[in-house]
Amino acid sequence: MSDKKNEKAKVRIDAHSGMPTTGHEWDGIEELNTPLPRWWVWTFWLTVLWAIAYTIAYPAWPTLSGGTHGLFGWNSRSQLTQEITQLQVTRAPIFAKLKNASLEEIEANPDLLSAARMVGAAAFANNCAACHGTGGGGSKGYANLNDDDWIWGGHLNEIRTTIEHGARWEADKATHSSSMPAFGRDGLLTPDQISTLADHVRTFAELPDAVAPTAEGLKLYDDNCAACHGIEGKGNTELGAPNLTDAIWLYGSDKPTIISRIKNGGGGVMPAWNEKLDETTIKALSIYVHSLGGGQ
Amino acid sequence: MSLIESQDTLLGIEPFIEPANRIYPKKINGQFRRIKWSIQFFTLGIYYLLPFVRWDRGLNAPSQAVLVDLSHRRFYFFFIEIWPQEFYYATGLLILAALVLFLMNAVAGRIWCGYMCPQTVWTDFFMTTERWIEGDSRERLNLDTGPWRLDKARKKIAKHLIWFLIAWWTGGAWVLYFADAPTLVHSLATLQAGSGEAYLWILILTFTTYVFAGVMREKLCLHACPWPRIQAALTDEYALNVTYRYDRGEPRMSLKQASALRAQNLSAGDCVDCGQCVAVCPTGIDIRKGSQLGCIQCGLCIDACDAIMAKIRRPIRLIGYDTDINVQHRQCGATETYKLFRPRTIIYLALILAIGGFMTLSLATRRDAHVSILHDRNPLAVRLKDGGTRNAYTARLSNMRNTPRTFTLEVTGASNLHIDVIGEDKKIDGKILIEIGPDQTRETRILLATPPESEHKEQTPITFSLTDPDTNQTISVKDSFIWP
Repeated sequence: MSDKKNEKAKVRIDAHSGMPTTGHEWDGIEELNTPLPRWWVWTFWLTVLWAIAYTIAYPAWPTLSGGTHGLFGWNSRSQLTQEITQLQVTRAPIFAKLKNASLEEIEANPDLLSAARMVGAAAFANNCAACHGTGGGGSKGYANLNDDDWIWGGHLNEIRTTIEHGARWEADKATHSSSMPAFGRDGLLTPDQISTLADHVRTFAELPDAVAPTAEGLKLYDDNCAACHGIEGKGNTELGAPNLTDAIWLYGSDKPTIISRIKNGGGGVMPAWNEKLDETTIKALSIYVHSLGGGQ
Repeated sequence: MSLIESQDTLLGIEPFIEPANRIYPKKINGQFRRIKWSIQFFTLGIYYLLPFVRWDRGLNAPSQAVLVDLSHRRFYFFFIEIWPQEFYYATGLLILAALVLFLMNAVAGRIWCGYMCPQTVWTDFFMTTERWIEGDSRERLNLDTGPWRLDKARKKIAKHLIWFLIAWWTGGAWVLYFADAPTLVHSLATLQAGSGEAYLWILILTFTTYVFAGVMREKLCLHACPWPRIQAALTDEYALNVTYRYDRGEPRMSLKQASALRAQNLSAGDCVDCGQCVAVCPTGIDIRKGSQLGCIQCGLCIDACDAIMAKIRRPIRLIGYDTDINVQHRQCGATETYKLFRPRTIIYLALILAIGGFMTLSLATRRDAHVSILHDRNPLAVRLKDGGTRNAYTARLSNMRNTPRTFTLEVTGASNLHIDVIGEDKKIDGKILIEIGPDQTRETRILLATPPESEHKEQTPITFSLTDPDTNQTISVKDSFIWP
């Protein structure tokens, strides 16, 4: 304590600023003392007390087997559950209406339409955007849901069925199961025939660089493809056979791509969402997809 | 040295904490006290009563003159209704407030601090209550330093109870600006006010009022408020400030000495060092040390000094509103000068007029409908079966009147555009009809399609126009049509 006494002895009023010094001095440089406001000190100790109380009231301290639960028993998971329940309660009336109304009734009622689009948009972002893109724009092999070309049909009920049961989803018995044969891989057609057929397919849509139709190509088409894609190539939504005459190509319209499609057959797979989503959400999704622009 | 010795030993770090320095301002009557009283009644009156002022806006809007309707996202101020997207009016108001503050400061110093700041007004209110119960300065000091007796306890309890009631009333009045006041008063009184949010805010505001006006007082001006720091940088030698006219007051001496000197035709200072200016100061400063951060320029020291000067038969206003330049001029015998119009004040005034004028103009000519268009980002453009192109837009259409209206929506700028709005099939003259309820916004999806074209541009500017057929008022927004 004798040091402290010495320090005190050195404390003096600085002549230039009129402020007291702390008594600390380094090579002749002295530290001025600007005392902390008393209220500030009290506030500081209050925050310390608050922090201690806080760690007692809320989960804070780790223990070997987990952590303290806090006096209030609060945790973020139960708060989330509570908030979701609260949200469901708030939404219950409009959800009940969506559940009881038919898809056509929902589209005809502006309030229900807007609610369904909102619910649908959220469900789409969560479940569908991974393949179809955030705005339903699709990509190679994944249908663009904004356009007016539909593989499995673009009417409200058709969209709903596709969402409910998926496409080529084996776990669902009611799924769209038809699939294109692998004409090349399974040896149904020779590579030359496939090339001729691809040229022929490209004449339907009058693609700018398409070669003139040949009798051989027509025969190959009629024998192998017309059953599903139709004599005129208009496709068949019952079988998920795309329209070959329009400007929209799911995989691409260049010859190598078409050859590859004929050679390998098959088609895209989509999960059956009735396993995961409830009826109302699927209805809302159907409305949302239908309202993207291409709905029929 | 003595200052440091007297510091107590709180937590053993004694010299680094300010000594307890409660101040006991003395009561004073006079011109500036009267000005303070009237401003206080006026401002407190506005604060407590404004929520109850009614303003008829028809069936579909609340009838409270000033209302911040957070749940419906509307702000009502008499004949003005502000929507969230028009919040720039609030920004403009804040900028105006800052400029007015600067102008006031350039003309007559810290008028805001001394007379109008809520911290000053409520502190004064609390001090008045304190004086009423505990007596004037010396009685309060004696009471605080004296032993605990029944009388002391009675006075302290009464004071804090009344303080609490004022604070509670203040918090209570605050929440009334956020809901229909009479209804809320009724539901608060019958303990039926919804979610408890109102009670929580009353509690918070009660606490802050009590602590700021009852306990913190001048400490808030000294340690928490940024304005004194900014003000010091904005003032100049032409600004009127509460000033001790040291050219007249110094050297300080007793009345007797001064009369003796004056009898010999020698100059003598008018300040008799009575300390009254310090005794009445609500922030506990000595104005004779010059303008300083702690001075809120409330003018009470002027009243105190005038009373003394009148008693000793010397001219009043030894302390008064004066400029630094005039003090200097008088000292060197030059004539006094006063410049109200100088670059500083002219620039502030011009800015205030420009911004105020612009705001008034834009408020007077603002549309009562609003359109915002958001082009789909993904996909930007959709190729259709027939080779045509379609773009989709999300439109938010607002009817800012309190009656339902039906608008027509039209898109111009590109040829052969086919317009479709999801869920809207009513059309008139090829324009789509959109009905929007009173004071409401609707979100709709607009689809624009063009037939196949041989020549595709990258994008074409287009215009969405929302027209009210009754008034022929049209609101247009520009956007673009994009090809794949």
